[in-house]
Amino acid sequence: MREYILKKIVISFITILGAVSLVFFIIHMIPGDPVENLLGEQALSVDKEKIRKSLGLDKPIHQQYIVFIKNLARGDLGESLYRKGQKVSELIRERFPNTFILALSAMLISISLSMGAGILSALKKGTLIDTTIMAISGFGISIPAFFLGPLLLLIFCRWLKILPPPASQEGVLSLVLPSITLGFALAAFLSRLIRSQMIEVLSEDFIRTAYSKGLSKKRVIFKHAFSNILIVVITIVGMQFGSLLTGAIITERVFAWQGIGTLMIEAISKRDYPVVQGTIILISSLYVVINLCVDIIYALIDPRIRYAKD
Amino acid sequence: MRKINFLIGFIVVILFVLMGTIGPFILQDRDKIPSIENQLRPPERGHPFGFDENGYDLLSRIILGARIALIVGLFTTLISSFVGSIIGAISGYFGRPVDELIMRVVDILMSFPGILLSISIIALTQNPSYAMIIIALSITSWVPYARLVRSQTLSLKNRDFVIAAKAMGAGDFYIIRRHILPNCLNSIIVQATFGIAGAIIAESALSFLGIGPQDSASWGALIDSGTQYLLIRWHLAFFPGLFLFIAVMGINLLGDALRDRLDPRLRI
Repeated sequence: MREYILKKIVISFITILGAVSLVFFIIHMIPGDPVENLLGEQALSVDKEKIRKSLGLDKPIHQQYIVFIKNLARGDLGESLYRKGQKVSELIRERFPNTFILALSAMLISISLSMGAGILSALKKGTLIDTTIMAISGFGISIPAFFLGPLLLLIFCRWLKILPPPASQEGVLSLVLPSITLGFALAAFLSRLIRSQMIEVLSEDFIRTAYSKGLSKKRVIFKHAFSNILIVVITIVGMQFGSLLTGAIITERVFAWQGIGTLMIEAISKRDYPVVQGTIILISSLYVVINLCVDIIYALIDPRIRYAKD
Repeated sequence: MRKINFLIGFIVVILFVLMGTIGPFILQDRDKIPSIENQLRPPERGHPFGFDENGYDLLSRIILGARIALIVGLFTTLISSFVGSIIGAISGYFGRPVDELIMRVVDILMSFPGILLSISIIALTQNPSYAMIIIALSITSWVPYARLVRSQTLSLKNRDFVIAAKAMGAGDFYIIRRHILPNCLNSIIVQATFGIAGAIIAESALSFLGIGPQDSASWGALIDSGTQYLLIRWHLAFFPGLFLFIAVMGINLLGDALRDRLDPRLRI
């Protein structure tokens, strides 16, 4: 057991290091001079040299890499090229909570939507309700978020006029459409999963036993059947949280949400490459770490996984 | 039901391909030139989707967008399936230590969200070209082909006809080229069909984020600029999105049908 977890941690560490190095080298290999981008092509070469020196860009790439890794180990992601003295880690700290809240509420929405839809669909298998829910979820799986978002805005703010226009939404209200947009694909996928798992469990012997003991339908469905598929659902949800964080990049742009995704895109358009680098590293490391945690928790809960993977 | 799905997918894909190949040539020159007095004009006769914020006819933009989607989807898939299949075959055929090394790289790429890698590749190029987008997408999308071909190679390489070829003195790369890869072709084609849909969505996502080529008619870029005028001209974001959705849906339906025909083992 300890060996399995250790192995997982080491592999994740290598992955993060690999990903970080990849991002570093890609950004440094890309044609085009960041200093020239910063100062414009007409800048004096003396100024260019000065900036280059202050950013450490005059050293050979392997030395830059070593410095970069050393700083990273101390949590130092460098400074923004644009706002002098603004640390990248501070910018991220400012924006990250917004992204986290968005991803979290997207997750909660998709769990509650899919639990309702999936269980209902399984109980009414083959009926019109089931077909409708499955059709909607088929739609949800294949529609890209950057189309779903504008579509929801259209439907709720313009056609039905249930919600105020996006610019005047405040507080929790402003969270509604972004988190549905972000969580809809996951909800669609989860409700299919819950449906198929529920149908399978409901045909098991212990369900018949529970019914024949005279337990109420509600009790059988939630206590006996649903608690049996919970582990699968939790694992999938956990593994998808990382994808929600990356998916947030797109959702944030639809709704001008001030999260880490918009920070990254702004930085890209301003060629502020330490910020680009920092945000990419943060999101990808979180993605890996979250998957690692899910793997470990899963192994702790379910001994079958542990032995199969050893 | 399966036949109907195939038929719908087939028709949609044919229409999409016609739109992307012939479409741009049918357009008259006046459709390609923006004009100030047409900015944000609502739909009218001859211009069913109206005009965008630059005064372009939206339908013409969508047709040009189909060409972009077609080109990026096809080339990304061609490159990534070609490279991925060869890497996968080499990995499976030669075994350790080559296999170990390749699989570690695959592990890293798989545990890394693909869109982030594409973003970081095109992040710092000023006004990236479509070739750049295709390369950025190919770098992440060869992985599924490599895994697919590797796993099939592992079982193929111990089959009698491969051993016979070896006994007759055939070289390793000859065997990979003539015996291994042709036997993987069906699954590669199925995977590639879904790959085209994936590449189209990925390209649109990058354009939507505003980091694709500038002034692009990519469906993603059209949705992005249309979203800003959503409350006055809803069709500007709606129709490009609808075309994207239908095209991707059609390709996926076709992929499902191909999977049933060519590679029943992959059916879930």
